[in-house]
Amino acid sequence: MSPMTISQDVPMVELSALDELWFQVAGTRCNLECTHCFISCSPHNDKFGFLSIETVERMLEESVEWGVREYYFTGGEPFLNPNMVMILQRTLKYGPATVLTNGTVLKTEWLTRLRSVDESSLYSLEFRVSIDGPTPEMNNPIRGPQTFQRAMQGIERLVQFGFLPIVTMTRIWDESEDDVILTQFRQVLLDYGYSRPRLKILPRLKIGAEARRTEGYGRHDRVTSKMMEGYDQSQLICNHSRTVTDQGISVCPILIDSPDARLGNTLKEAATSFPLRHGACFTCYQYGAICTNPSAKRVESS
Amino acid sequence: MQLAFFGGIYNNYLALEAAIRDAQRRRTEEMFCLGDLGAFGPHPDRVFDLVRTANVMCIQGNYDHSIGNDLQDCRCGYTDQRDNHFAQISYDYTYQNTSPDNRVWMRDLPKNLRFEYDGVRFLLSHGTPRQTNEFLWESTTSTHFLDKLADDYQSDLILGTHTGIHWQRALQHGRRFVNVGVLGRPENDGNTNVWYTIIRTGNDAQQKTETSFVGSTLANVDVEFVPVNYDHERLAREMLKEKLPDEFIKTILTGWWTTCLEVLPAKERQRGKY
Repeated sequence: MSPMTISQDVPMVELSALDELWFQVAGTRCNLECTHCFISCSPHNDKFGFLSIETVERMLEESVEWGVREYYFTGGEPFLNPNMVMILQRTLKYGPATVLTNGTVLKTEWLTRLRSVDESSLYSLEFRVSIDGPTPEMNNPIRGPQTFQRAMQGIERLVQFGFLPIVTMTRIWDESEDDVILTQFRQVLLDYGYSRPRLKILPRLKIGAEARRTEGYGRHDRVTSKMMEGYDQSQLICNHSRTVTDQGISVCPILIDSPDARLGNTLKEAATSFPLRHGACFTCYQYGAICTNPSAKRVESS
Repeated sequence: MQLAFFGGIYNNYLALEAAIRDAQRRRTEEMFCLGDLGAFGPHPDRVFDLVRTANVMCIQGNYDHSIGNDLQDCRCGYTDQRDNHFAQISYDYTYQNTSPDNRVWMRDLPKNLRFEYDGVRFLLSHGTPRQTNEFLWESTTSTHFLDKLADDYQSDLILGTHTGIHWQRALQHGRRFVNVGVLGRPENDGNTNVWYTIIRTGNDAQQKTETSFVGSTLANVDVEFVPVNYDHERLAREMLKEKLPDEFIKTILTGWWTTCLEVLPAKERQRGKY
């Protein structure tokens, strides 16, 4: 299928199926202020607010007829939302749930409840814990003082409760160093008692705080119609997911700060095509399937 | 009607032989394979005569697609160097030991297969009807996703394999999704047997045996997951002789998956040893 275009060089991507529904459940509120955050979350950023249980329930119900396969929760820090445990509990009645956390605020009481919820659910509850490298020296300049120790304690605690967290790193190093860093991180996690480490690398998205930390996208860092010829569109998250925010439905969890990313208030309204006009679209195009879990990864078909 | 469905064979011709024998003994009328004839095990060319002689109707898996189209790797894309290393050894071995004729045969296999027996509309795919290499794990696939798939593809029974672990889910209107399991390697549960699936429709469905797994709400469908024991020690010896990775041999001998575990969701991973 050839992509539709709105102008010669901005390809449009259709929503082929709504496989994943994301919830910006903590809005842009975070207890940390990472210098590479693509939506500049912080303790003071109220641009997007928490989602209520009622909103999440309404969207879960709406998602059934769309055949949504998996649910993802992000922020900000999802566990700042006082209803997060209940939200995960309700979600697991509908399907699998993944929560993207910085791992620094997890309470024993919550994990006890979630352990019990997980055991009674047919579906997987996944934790993705963000840590940007295997050492405090790499991680802390980005995520803040003491954050490496605190997040690793979060990992330890999750493991103690029988969870298998996926450590998610943003690539703040050169791509050629991936294998070395992954090997080193596996060893660090083993040393912390995590015998089955699971790891995922995300590319840097050069918008929000990251654009200020480094260089942002260049004028030519854009997806063109020609680049879409023969490209497997299922590699792009906008091809198979949408994101619920407290201000409507966004095309993806990365672009929520962009006014044009807001597509409507219902899934039906948000099921429109989206123009790949952003620099971040270029990163998504380059790396493919950057937001989903490894278990849902679709290897590029030929 | 009584039908047998084999999932990924992964060169395991010994398990395939045992499964065909078992299905014939049970007087199944037709046999099907849902793709991935190659990978993992020894002597890739040995499975082809078996499937042809027994009239096993095959569809294409992602591995068959790669081998058939002379691609350089299995396109597994793991982040762990070790996983990619083993996957590549296995792929290169399978490619080199699959005859050009068999490669062409794999290239031309259909991606999906539809048929109807006793009013039940079957749809066979390797991953999903929409994508050959799409994983449908039990713990990461919502029921409404499968219902929509059954609506979109107008099917009563959607069958797949690809993940390597059998499971099934009852859907609306008595429809059903079934992952038929794989013959190629054990299921990461500490047992060395492999699995295939028998589905009975019409009058055959009403003659349920004690081993019937779950009766369907579709009045005339019965799904049975069948464990297959085979000479796994012989397979391990042959893999060793062919210099296939020790980690793969360990899986055959212990029933635990040892590599390429990152694609497993939390629940399936928790049930394994590694």
